[in-house]
Amino acid sequence: MNLFVNTNFNFMGARKIAFGASIVLIVVGLISILGHRGLKLGVDFSGGVLLQVRSEQKIPTQEMRRVLGGMGLADAEIQQFGDEGEAIIRVRQERASPTLAADIVEALNAHDPQNRTELRRQELVGPKVGAELRTTATIAVIVALIGMLIYIWIRFEFMFGLGGVAALAHDVVITLGLLSLTNREITLQIVAALLTIVGYSINDTIVVYDRIRENRKKMYGKSLVDIVNRSVNETLSRTINTSLTTLLVLIALYFLGGEVIRDFAFALMIGIIVGTYSSVYIATPLVVDWQLAQDARRRSRLKAAATRA
Amino acid sequence: MTSKMRWQAILVILVIGFSIWRASYTVRYLSLDDAAKARMAPEQVAALERNSLKLGLDLRGGMHLVLEVDKEGLPPDEAADAVDRALEVIRNRIDQFNVAEPSIQRQGDNRIIVQLPGLQDEERAKSLIGRTALLEFVPVASAEQVDLVFRAIDRALADTMAARGEAGVLPDPTDPGYQAARLALEHPFSSRARYIESLPFFAESIVPWAQQQLARLNVEALLPRDPENPLLPRVRLAWSEQTRVLDDGNTYRPLYVLMRDPLMTGSVVSTVEVRPGLDENNPNAPGISLRLSREGGRTFAQYTGQHIGDHLAIVLDGRVQSAPVIKDRIPAGTPASITGGFTDAEARDLAIVLRAGKLPAPMTIEEERSVGPSLGRDSVEKGVRALVIGFFAVVAFMLIFYKGSGLVAVGALVSNLFVLVAIMSVLPVDPKPALTLPGLAGIILTIGMAVDANVLIFERIKEELRNQKTIRAAIRDGYERAFLTILDANVTTLIAAAVLWKFGTGPVRGFAVTLALGIIASMFTAIVATRIVFETITVTRNVRRLSI
Repeated sequence: MNLFVNTNFNFMGARKIAFGASIVLIVVGLISILGHRGLKLGVDFSGGVLLQVRSEQKIPTQEMRRVLGGMGLADAEIQQFGDEGEAIIRVRQERASPTLAADIVEALNAHDPQNRTELRRQELVGPKVGAELRTTATIAVIVALIGMLIYIWIRFEFMFGLGGVAALAHDVVITLGLLSLTNREITLQIVAALLTIVGYSINDTIVVYDRIRENRKKMYGKSLVDIVNRSVNETLSRTINTSLTTLLVLIALYFLGGEVIRDFAFALMIGIIVGTYSSVYIATPLVVDWQLAQDARRRSRLKAAATRA
Repeated sequence: MTSKMRWQAILVILVIGFSIWRASYTVRYLSLDDAAKARMAPEQVAALERNSLKLGLDLRGGMHLVLEVDKEGLPPDEAADAVDRALEVIRNRIDQFNVAEPSIQRQGDNRIIVQLPGLQDEERAKSLIGRTALLEFVPVASAEQVDLVFRAIDRALADTMAARGEAGVLPDPTDPGYQAARLALEHPFSSRARYIESLPFFAESIVPWAQQQLARLNVEALLPRDPENPLLPRVRLAWSEQTRVLDDGNTYRPLYVLMRDPLMTGSVVSTVEVRPGLDENNPNAPGISLRLSREGGRTFAQYTGQHIGDHLAIVLDGRVQSAPVIKDRIPAGTPASITGGFTDAEARDLAIVLRAGKLPAPMTIEEERSVGPSLGRDSVEKGVRALVIGFFAVVAFMLIFYKGSGLVAVGALVSNLFVLVAIMSVLPVDPKPALTLPGLAGIILTIGMAVDANVLIFERIKEELRNQKTIRAAIRDGYERAFLTILDANVTTLIAAAVLWKFGTGPVRGFAVTLALGIIASMFTAIVATRIVFETITVTRNVRRLSI
């Protein structure tokens, strides 16, 4: 089956619209991240305690809050899912004690002895480790971006490297913005997802770059815009098909993989979509515009030299 | 077929065959339930487990702890090797705890990572690992000294409470509650205790308050400088580990006034045993019998000879375990004992920590992650289900879009999974990479991304065919042109995986490992293996139209 054979979309013609759309997305994301909503840091980064408990029968949130309130944990965050009695309780750092998890489970069991509650997962991160992980995660994302820049620079040209990395930064910011808007937690897993998006998105970009490099030789004399348009059209089937197969499995993961992995799958889905879009509409058009600007400068310099002579 | 292709074909068959054989251990091991395991010989199960993919703590259940050794206050020479000694002590303690495959590693300057797979009782493990196990034999202050100390505390506390405006206001002297109120105002600390044989008991409900006040006053700095009690010896306060239910039905905890300097410490203990019958009030309860070294025995004999009728406290990590009265001179060679309402498990754990020795410095838990076995099992089930559904979705997609060639890509994908599992189960590195939950997600993602190489190649072949090339030429050029692109694209993903590995911890590293291995395996199966299939088909058969 062939969906995108011999297409001839004018991608470059639409680049201004795409830039506008991206800027809107980035600004909305940044407002959400920097504004009152902020990034919701998970216990990995903020420090604190996260417990996942399961009760035989679901304990209403109100009731659970009352039990926790009785322990001086009125500000604990409770998140329940399904009717399976599964719940996640997050407690801020200052309230953490080494026996907190056991105490909470004990209190829930004492509250309703008929309804057994068990501790399924516990994560406790001290403030020092949380701060360290925050720094490490930021460094990791930056190091990955620099690594990509250097690699593309070596394999292609510096301009391409910059375009690719700009597209990656674009993907990371938009994904973070959407995570902030949907109020999802930033955890270590999310950072892993971001780095995967970075790897995946650049992968897509390189396929397009590669084709541009090849077509430049083949289409000598044609304008850069034409070359790029042709290259993107030629690789379009592959770009779409690969994104679709990846999305298919991520959808399976999102719906079937269980609670623990859901946010991770969500971040990856967003990232794959944005990453695919950015390799077509951001990474390549940026290189084109830079190139055009450079050419215009060179021409005006030549013109100036000619008039002087 | 060229001879180069023939060798490649042999290599591919060997690698995939070996992978299927190795991966079969994992498939068999993971499909065993507990009942099936129980029916098999233990050596058989162990052999399967040894040869199969290792599951991370988040998939099999278990505990991951990061402990930090607090070196502050240690002399420089002790601080230098404090972490190594702590590591040794923890290893000794865990060895006696009976956990399969514990892992204890040093991380950086002052951290220790402890991993205990399949652990059921986290609280017990934590207290066993974290206990400093500083054992001391300390003389208890006399009743007069206790009185002096409490009066000093009362005065200091009344002052600070008045200064902070926390003190109450006295009612009118004619009020019936006047005396009680005055007592509470002038003796805010001692009036809250109940005294039994001059030992102060605090109700469990106000112990946190009392601890808070004592910490605020910094009693130990306050007492020796108290001008009214120039003769007050250097003392410290220590809560009892034991509680007692008094006649009002409430639980009370005694607060001891101890001499600052211990008579001797745990270093004089030579052997530790759990034994019943050490507690005369409760002959069936387990106690701990400590045999002292010769020197320790002598000190003990001498001290007990001179202090008949006094109390001697046995203090562990700053908590009084028991404080028996010295009835007689205890001759050297007589074991000392610790008793007091232990359960069997508590007594055993206490013996373990005493035997393994004390930690060179206190430790704090900086990070703790534990996953119950039931959640681990759920995660594996859900992950595998997502994997299967995602796999079939991709299979359907590839068959619809690339027909016969899609089938070849699916074959490569299946081989890819086998190769990945096989590499992970035989990789000769220590510790063996474990499959974590994000790692499982990594495999699922690999399924989507692994077909990428084939999609690229197939799209290229289609293009070449549209350019009127022969089938064989189209295949050759398709593979050759796509190869560099695939390499470039995958190297960048490998860079991301390497960064994840370098900066990640625990489960995230598991994800990096599966992502990287998945890419390497897919380069092999999707480029080398599929090409051999195509070449073989087109060479041996006269193919007129390529199903692609």
